[in-house]
Parts: sequence; structure tokens; C-alpha cells
Amino acid sequence: MAQHKVNYSQDGGLPVALTSIDKIVNWGRSNSIWALTYGLACCGIEMMASGASRFDFDRYGTIFRASPRQADVMIVAGTLTKKHAEFIKRLYDQMTEPRWVISMGSCANTGGMFNTYATVQGCDRIIPVDLYLPGCAPRPETLQYGVMLLQKKIRANKASNAQKPKRLM
Amino acid sequence: MRAYTPKDDVQAKAYYTDRYYVAPQVPKQEVESDEIFAADLAALKEKFDVKEAFIQMKQMIVYINASDIYGVLEFLRDELTYTQLSEMSAIDWLAKDNTFEIFYQMLSMTKRKRLRIKFFINNGDAVDSVESLFRSADWSEREMFDMFGIEANNHPFMKRILLPYDWQGNPLLKTYPLEGDEFAAWYEVDKIYGKEARDVIGPEIRDTARVDRYDSERFARLGFEVPKGTKITGNEEPNKQDYQEEGGVFLVKKFTKDASKIIDDPQR
Repeated sequence: MAQHKVNYSQDGGLPVALTSIDKIVNWGRSNSIWALTYGLACCGIEMMASGASRFDFDRYGTIFRASPRQADVMIVAGTLTKKHAEFIKRLYDQMTEPRWVISMGSCANTGGMFNTYATVQGCDRIIPVDLYLPGCAPRPETLQYGVMLLQKKIRANKASNAQKPKRLM
Repeated sequence: MRAYTPKDDVQAKAYYTDRYYVAPQVPKQEVESDEIFAADLAALKEKFDVKEAFIQMKQMIVYINASDIYGVLEFLRDELTYTQLSEMSAIDWLAKDNTFEIFYQMLSMTKRKRLRIKFFINNGDAVDSVESLFRSADWSEREMFDMFGIEANNHPFMKRILLPYDWQGNPLLKTYPLEGDEFAAWYEVDKIYGKEARDVIGPEIRDTARVDRYDSERFARLGFEVPKGTKITGNEEPNKQDYQEEGGVFLVKKFTKDASKIIDDPQR
């Protein structure tokens, strides 16, 4: 009989973790939230800082991807102009489900200081938003906290395909 | 678009009642006070019709006929060394006398002088393009077309430059409301979802100071979040926001400060 190195009576017992499908899937999803690089204005600089070494988004498994098809979360970082509105909708549609949207900063939340003809007054007029981050621009810590809250939100939901569709229309 | 109404004193009336108030103007000097400008103006007057000329803020302003603009700028560039067109655009005087004032800001590097060529055109008239003289006029004339609707004849690509091609209206006109007309207000909704979506999405909220704690559709009160659409009564339970759930997270260790090691030696 082969001598195992694992001692079943110690180290918490069997090398087996019992869990549910929901938990294991959500564990994977919430710890690998790949974000779409979507810096539209100065908030984009804070988003880049969050991804760089000082704040280090890689610790959360959040890696910026340049393609919506590889991304789970869209961080709308900056002013959304009316000319650009159709493209944010197209990029959002190109992301695979499940997908989440973080609206970062005053401009993306409400149009912010740009109370003008050319600015969309909140990107939630175009796409459904999961998380609004206040600030002009929000510090990288705010975005980190936002990603943590998003992780919590993902863990709280069912992992099955029967997710409630988040559509504006 | 709103109709033109005389706005001579509408906004200022509430703030002063001085009937003899005259808006301060930048003082004008004679062109003869600067010999370089005087020589330039004399050379210009020999070939073209100059309506008015003076010096303001050390820059000469010359009013010419609209039809002369190409010849004047060519003459300035080739003969008088004004080799750069810094800027050109229009000023809306439609409310006053239904005209636009077009200006061309010129710079001479050798003379270290700036001069401004100006003329008036009627509403609906086009200007002659100077794009073949100055490449910088390419985008400037397109922007003028975008913002005022003034076309430039002989321009190679007379299209909007900043706003989308299907935009209606010219935002730098004084009649254009800052927050946009109805077309602008619904532009993105109409384009993406269609007109029938207007009722679903609703009008833009332009009041920046608007705070409605009973509105659970848009923003939540921090610490008292409720699901979207819930009717808020004001007796909501506090909702403690923590990084992690109470019972911990599957396969993720909870951070405990006591178990972590703090490096107090900066040199280490």
C-alpha cells in the first residue's frame, strides 16, 4: 500500500473542500474581474494608476484588457459625449455575459460639471450600471473599494446562466 | 431652436439701472503710432479696399471686403511676411444686424507682429476658403462650419469636425441653448434606442443640485442602500458596508492585522 504524505487526521482533515457550484463559480468570477480599458477623460488616469504597481489591481485579479470580448467589467472612466454614446453601447453589447459596469466619477454618473449640449447626462442613460463611484476624479482607493464591492455583489448572486438580464430596454 | 428676441439688457437689468452706462472698450490707437503697421497698411491700401484700421492691444485690426479675403491673405503671406494663420473663426452678430463677423488672426515671426483681418458677411453667405494658403485654415473653417453653419467655398472637405455628421444645429450661435435644444437632448436616445424609448429612459436631469433621498432608481443613500425601485419611507435599516461578508469568503483568507507583519525598518 502506497504511503501517502497527506495526513488525513491533521491539517483540517481530508484534502477536499466541500462547496456549492455557486460558490466555486463565483469565487472564480469575483477574483478574475477583467476590466475593459475605457479611459474617456481624466478619470482614466486614476484608472491607470489603479492598475499600475503602486495600487496594483493584479492583486484582485483585475487585469485590463483592450478587447470587450475578453472583459467582464467596463469601467466608464470619464466624460461620455453624445457623439461617443453609440460606441459605448456597441462595446457593452460586445462584452460577454455576465458583465458588469462601474460608472467612475461625476461625469459618468451624472454628466458632472458638463451641463452642456454635447455631454450625456449620466452613462446610465445608455447602459445599465452596477456601481457608481463618486468623485472628480475618484482616487484609486475608491476604485479599489468599488472593485471589492463588485466582488461582493458577484458573490451574492447566483452563478447560473439564468441571471436576470440587466438591460435598459 | 428659440426665436431671436432682443437681449440688449435682459440679464443685466436686474443688476444695474445706470441709464448712461457705456460698456468699457479696449482703447484704440491710430495705425500711424506704429511705423511697421503703418507701412503694412499703406502697402495693403495700394492693392485692396480697406474700410477701417486701428491698433488695439498692440495688434492691428483691418476691416476689408469679404470678397478680397483670399487676395489679402495671400498678399500678407507672400509680401508682408505674415506667414502664420494662428486662428480664424466667426462672431455672431445676428441679433444686431443679421451678420457674422469673420476674423483671421495673423502672425509675422520676422516682424514680431500680430494683425487681425476682419470682415462682415450676411447670414447665409459663404466665405472664400483660404485652405490652399494656410493648412491651419482646414480645420478652422470646418469648425466654423460646425459651430456657426458658415460654409467655406473651395474647401476640400466641408464637413462637421467635432460634432457627429447627423447633428442638427450650430452650437456657437447665440440662439443655441447651452443645454441643447430638443434634438440635442434626445440625440443619444433617438440614435441608439429609437424615439419610442424616450418614455422609458426619460428626460435628462439637468439640475446639478438635485438631491432626492426618496428616489431609489438612481442613487442610494450611503449606508442605507435599498434595492432599486423600493419605496423609501425614511425608516430604512442601516446597511453596513464591509469589504467581505460576515462569515468570510470561500477560499479567501480574511485579513487580520495581528497576523500581519509590519516592517518598521525603512532600510531593511
